[in-house]
Amino acid sequence: MTGTAASALIRSAPAEPCVPWPRHLLLQDEWQRLAVALTGESTLALTMLWAGTTHVHALFHDQAGQTFLPASVAVADGKYPALSPSRPSAAWFERMIFDLWGHVATGARDERAWLDHGKWASHGPMAARPLPISGPSEPFEFLPSHGEDLHQIPVGPVHAGIIEPGHFRFTAQGETVVRLEIRLGYLHKGTLSLMRGKSARAAARFAARLSGDSTVAHSAAFARAAEAASGAQAPPRAEMLRAVMGELERIANHVGDIGAIANDAAFAFLLARLGWHRESLLRANAAAFGHRMLMDCVIPGGVSADLAPGGTEAIFHALALLEREMPSLIRIYDDYASLADRVVGTGTVSQSLVRRFAAGGFVGRAAGRDADLRRVPGYPPFDRYDVNVPVLPQGDVDARVRIRIAEIQESTALIRQMLTELPDGPLSVPLPMVSGEGFGWAEGFRGDIWHWLRLEGGSIAAVFMRDPSWLQWPLLEAAIKGNIVADFPLCNKSFNCSYSGVDL
Amino acid sequence: MVWRTFARALRHGPATLKPEAIDEDATQALADRLAAAAQARLGRSLSIRQVDAGSCNGCELEIQMLNSVVYDLERFGLRFVASPRHADVLMVTGPVTRNMHEALVRTWNATPDPKWVVAVGDCASDGGVFKGSYAISGGIDSAVPVDLTIRGCPPTPAQLLDGLRSLLEANARS
Ligand code: SF4
Repeated sequence: MTGTAASALIRSAPAEPCVPWPRHLLLQDEWQRLAVALTGESTLALTMLWAGTTHVHALFHDQAGQTFLPASVAVADGKYPALSPSRPSAAWFERMIFDLWGHVATGARDERAWLDHGKWASHGPMAARPLPISGPSEPFEFLPSHGEDLHQIPVGPVHAGIIEPGHFRFTAQGETVVRLEIRLGYLHKGTLSLMRGKSARAAARFAARLSGDSTVAHSAAFARAAEAASGAQAPPRAEMLRAVMGELERIANHVGDIGAIANDAAFAFLLARLGWHRESLLRANAAAFGHRMLMDCVIPGGVSADLAPGGTEAIFHALALLEREMPSLIRIYDDYASLADRVVGTGTVSQSLVRRFAAGGFVGRAAGRDADLRRVPGYPPFDRYDVNVPVLPQGDVDARVRIRIAEIQESTALIRQMLTELPDGPLSVPLPMVSGEGFGWAEGFRGDIWHWLRLEGGSIAAVFMRDPSWLQWPLLEAAIKGNIVADFPLCNKSFNCSYSGVDL
Repeated sequence: MVWRTFARALRHGPATLKPEAIDEDATQALADRLAAAAQARLGRSLSIRQVDAGSCNGCELEIQMLNSVVYDLERFGLRFVASPRHADVLMVTGPVTRNMHEALVRTWNATPDPKWVVAVGDCASDGGVFKGSYAISGGIDSAVPVDLTIRGCPPTPAQLLDGLRSLLEANARS
């Protein structure tokens, strides 16, 4: 049995150097067998799927062995065997790979366009030879729903609030949602292609802008990938400051989102108070590091800004104010039946679906999936701290809020500890201009962020950045099923997936 | 319960932020000029419709802060509305992606005259770091005429308030 297991198939293939896990190169028929064998090995989770001009790559999380397995296949005649029949989470990636690189996933569950809305000057803009547009593109077809008295509600791409654009196609029976299909790609900025050929330092500005709300976490994951690929090591002080900034980012986002969720249930008081705290935290960021959202503060090799004099005090002060008021705000959240009525049992994602998609962050942890990159595979300085990761079984809006409340408390404790133990020393090291390949990761406020890149003579030859939202958006489609249309904003806000992060 | 929080707030007073460089005074001064300009020019409130034409969402987060209790934009008669048909101002972020170009132009067309377009962020000004990408058409002016640009990556709420004031003053003079 083990001889045919998917993970064994990958391990037996020859490997190319990649830090920290060598990347196994499978032949087309081996990849085909892998696609089939995945059905029998549910502990081998698909973390991400991406491509280059000649190969398609996958990163698997071997949850049984607590390790990660990268695998690649060379594209033959523009094709490679699809993974989506055994890993439904591969479907969006396969559509993205076709739109950017032109590689066809044979046997794919879904072959419709994704990022390519027919508005670019060529097909496959990242391919070795992009194809010129030959005529008007086919109109996009949404998935059909069959049944009595169904009606469709199209929403977007321009939404009513101050949020990102995307299209939601609801099929409803009366008030109840029968199907939601999400269509994204409106924010595609060609980020990956702009990064190619640049030095890691120059390309870091794009990683910082993949999803502005996670700028620290994406910058840190990118920096670690660049450091792994070039054999550099950020100094201990930089590692610690990155971690402090990352936890500050987590708290600021959780605080803002909890308020916004309550507001979507017509409970504006929590939004008012938590909005005030968000502002107070952003001001502390500015006082400590010179930027409210900490953009470009984390760079390959280290950090660009040191803690300003008085910065620690500013951060501690903002955290103390938040900590003082949180208990009474949580009590309000707990005490009001009308609020509980909206959030408890709403937008439930099943534990099995979360496991199948290997969804991270509070979406996964609110449905029993105990995963956090700060623990496995871990990264400095978290290897020295005992990070408490809250997990709940329910999978509804309420559980996602409660996970985030618990994470605010945990991050507050971590920041206090880290800032008191901040080591002295340099802020960054220069990256050697070498060739190499590596992964970098960071646990952002949404969940697990993964970056991979290959350097040639110090400049980026290929890169991919995977936001946690890739594995969470599809679960939102499932979470809203059977709920009323009016609860969608609440569900959506409780997921708060990134549009820009997946639109690349 | 909420009353407990209110009672505590009354007893302890507000938990004011420690002042820093750009602060309440500056914000207040800006706000006063803004309020004065709004009255002079329009004598009524101004409605803003925000459109993300390709942003990284960083600009959105700071624009949202204008609605927080700290900045409370509505004090000045400025408010965000849900439909372009109710708007006097389109506040647009991001470089214009090719995939959002049409949606932005349609939103602009749906906004009644007279209307103003405020481009927010370095991306909105000229494409920012995304300049030269196959997937964008450029800054906001590559799709619709722009009346005012507020630079920054992202601009702070204070800079956004400042920008809205200069828009009103400029229009009052014209
Ligand atoms: S200006 Fe900066 S924050 Fe605003 S959308 Fe562009 S990259 Fe993001």
